[in-house]
Amino acid sequence: MSNKLIAISAAAAVLGTFAFAGAAVARDQIRIVGSSTVYPFTTAVAEQFGKSGGGKTPVVESTGTGGGMKLFCAGVGEANPDITNASRAIKKGEFEDCQKNGVKDIVEIKVGIDGLTIAQSKNGPDTNLTRQQVFQALAAEVPDKDGKLIPNPYKKWSDIDPSLPDVKIEVLGPPPTSGTRDSFHELFMEKGAEAYPVLKDLKKADSKAFDKVWKSIRTDGAYVEAGENDNVIVQKLEANKDAYGIFGYSFLEENGANLKGVSIEGVEPEYDAISAGKYKGARPLFIYVKKQHVGVVPGIDKFVAEYVSDKAMSKDGYLARKGLVALPKEEADKVRESAIGMKTLSADLVN
Amino acid sequence: MTDISASYAAPTRRVDVTSPAAQARIRARYRREKRFKLYGLVALSLAAVFVVVLIGDVLSRGLPAFWQYSLVLDVPVDAAAVSSDGKVDEASIRAADYYPLTRAALEAVFPGELTRSAQKQLVRLVSSDAAQPLRDKLVADPALVGTTVKTRLILSANSDLYYKGSGTPISSREMRGIATPSGTSGDITILTSANDFADVLVELKQRISEQAKALRAEADRLELFAGDSITAKVKALRDEAAKLQQRVDQPKVEEKLDNKMPSLLVAIDGGLVKINTLSDVSARGTVLLPLQSTADAKPGTWKLVTYETPESNRKVSDQEVAFLERLKELNHVERSFNWTFLTAGDSREPELAGIRGALVGTALTLLITLVLCLPIGVMAAIYLEEFARKGRLTDLIEVNINNLAAVPSIVFGLLGLAVFLNFFGMPRSAPLVGGITLGLLVLPTIIIAARAALKAVPPSIKEAALGVGASHQQAIFHHVLPLAMPGIMTGTIIGMAHALGETAPLLMIGMIAFIVDVPHGFTDAATVLPVQIYLWSDLPEVAFKSKTAAAIIVLLMFLFVMNGAAIWLRKRFERRW
Repeated sequence: MSNKLIAISAAAAVLGTFAFAGAAVARDQIRIVGSSTVYPFTTAVAEQFGKSGGGKTPVVESTGTGGGMKLFCAGVGEANPDITNASRAIKKGEFEDCQKNGVKDIVEIKVGIDGLTIAQSKNGPDTNLTRQQVFQALAAEVPDKDGKLIPNPYKKWSDIDPSLPDVKIEVLGPPPTSGTRDSFHELFMEKGAEAYPVLKDLKKADSKAFDKVWKSIRTDGAYVEAGENDNVIVQKLEANKDAYGIFGYSFLEENGANLKGVSIEGVEPEYDAISAGKYKGARPLFIYVKKQHVGVVPGIDKFVAEYVSDKAMSKDGYLARKGLVALPKEEADKVRESAIGMKTLSADLVN
Repeated sequence: MTDISASYAAPTRRVDVTSPAAQARIRARYRREKRFKLYGLVALSLAAVFVVVLIGDVLSRGLPAFWQYSLVLDVPVDAAAVSSDGKVDEASIRAADYYPLTRAALEAVFPGELTRSAQKQLVRLVSSDAAQPLRDKLVADPALVGTTVKTRLILSANSDLYYKGSGTPISSREMRGIATPSGTSGDITILTSANDFADVLVELKQRISEQAKALRAEADRLELFAGDSITAKVKALRDEAAKLQQRVDQPKVEEKLDNKMPSLLVAIDGGLVKINTLSDVSARGTVLLPLQSTADAKPGTWKLVTYETPESNRKVSDQEVAFLERLKELNHVERSFNWTFLTAGDSREPELAGIRGALVGTALTLLITLVLCLPIGVMAAIYLEEFARKGRLTDLIEVNINNLAAVPSIVFGLLGLAVFLNFFGMPRSAPLVGGITLGLLVLPTIIIAARAALKAVPPSIKEAALGVGASHQQAIFHHVLPLAMPGIMTGTIIGMAHALGETAPLLMIGMIAFIVDVPHGFTDAATVLPVQIYLWSDLPEVAFKSKTAAAIIVLLMFLFVMNGAAIWLRKRFERRW
């Protein structure tokens, strides 16, 4: 008998929870999705926002830039997120998707800069690379003397340039699913490929073939996919002084006791160099706000104000302490103005 | 009996078991058995080693996170600082800004004039919410407002790690001469009557000489290659080496220190001076802790202190080390159990982050999963095993259940997103949806286990019940099910443990998220333990590494408790029969 009782009460409980879910109440909590690169910064702002009594602490999901955009553009209404984090600017396709689903008014806020760094153990030799050398080290195919594409012949760094260390090429980096990997291709590999006149000509003649050259990374063991978790790369670099790793500047800054950055074209990945735009491996970080939700979900405007405030975003702000490189002052002022004014993004600015 | 043995005996073949060949065969057989046992033993010990290494690694990383260093200071609580509109009540105490109070309390420990950068670093020693314990005290007892309260201040994660041993070895030696400092703060010069700094200067020059040697070696290596860019680089290296060599060759000339060398400091007249330039008889440097006077220090009363780890190789600056060491000397530092870790929700500050939110989220999610799965799974198993007519349809269902048990878990996440969120419009990130999704994931496991358990009950039990006139249903529910219950429980535990470790299906329904507030119901935003571990492991702050391991320990504990409860329940059911 007791078994029957248990079964009946369990069934009732299940039904009860279903019924409870049906009566969803209006949302009073900001929902944020998007890039795992921006996640550490947005969460810091969210926590600060919650503590300073602005309202309930926003929920910040880490879904990746692409996944975030998809959720963000799915529509207007409380089932859809209010803000998405992005480690790159919105793409034309995504913008059109948004428009189609009724998400008409999007506010783009550039919150700061992330330096994509190549780092090594402190015990390794000081290295200075050019983007062309990075391309030579990691591309699947490189042009030979006559400009013909051949499978990458370089085994050691010193094969590329004798002034580089005489060790095997071993670079740990993110897998293709990561937004960091996309940025690495665009910032290092594409620019490195363009340094070859013959590839530059190829770009003009056949841009698809050119894209294939810089988008393919060698698979013979010189490039090791170390997974999405940057801390894994950090640990491996600490153990192997001849290996190099690719990750965001905040990880280099946090692990500065054991790791050092590799200079790119003579510029070390340091805070000031990245902020001033001198370091070549830097990318802007964004958040996108759904203007139609402002005023419907309480606190969005206050959250944005907190994000762009001096306390958060400036050089001495708490985001800088978390590893975000602040925008130069003038640009930051401009961003602040358009963010507070909720200036929407127009189609001709998206590409 | 005799017949049988007789019929076996018929084709008797005499085997001489004492022959050497037979003996050898027997020995070979025993050897084979021994070898097999040995394989088993090796496999078992290998597994044991892995478990020990794994658990040991997690424990050694995670256990320190359960303890926390904090400062114990006397903080004068001014009524004006915690009142709003002239009134002091709970709301005003909660809303007050404690930053000025903590700052004043910290500065009171270090009398004298601090530079602006030193003041900044002093405040950074403590957490951004350092006064949390003070606030709790004042809320509990508002009468304390206006008095001086002895309270804990939470240290920042970096200071905490420093006391936990990620700092620097410190050595000091007493000096022979009489030292005269030129001031008490700012940049000062210390003159000594003896050649006190000579030894250190020699060491310094040696270091520079080694650097020059390394540069020359590199230049020699490059010289073997041809090319314009290389020639230029070789020249640059040689120039650099020559410059360094020049410094080495002039033994008496003063030297500059940089942050790639061990830091040298002078402890004198109650203060601490960091040396920037050094010669035999004098040292110029910056005051880190203000001196009490500029009196001459007698031999033996002043010391040369060395922080062995170069400043660029550690997370705390010389200034911070100076502050932290002084606080320790003054007995302001206390080590205590880190309750915050168990009672707080998530935070981006490692010292304030806790797992309560994830723990409650896990409990809520698993409760939904259990409530959904156990009845449905057991009912389905009973129906399929005992009541359903065997036919093509039941075969099809059985094959599908077996297949579902092997479907990758992310697929269930997609299903959850499409059905529960998009179609039914349930809230995102809620334990309700997470529980249902995980329920779908473990349902096949439970059905399969429950069917196996029902099958294992001897048919004689059911037949006996039917024989005394029980209906089919009575026979099953009164007799077979109680006997099968231990097996069903085991299957359920396996299923729940599976659900406890899943993160992939939760990604799609929004539970991989930063959630500060501890959830209070099934529809509040929540996250679960494995997700919390995953999220923490990916954060840049070093202190989160040990938090991650600590969260793994809590997850394992949760698992032990769950399994323990199940075993206890199983025992009870067994006794009832």
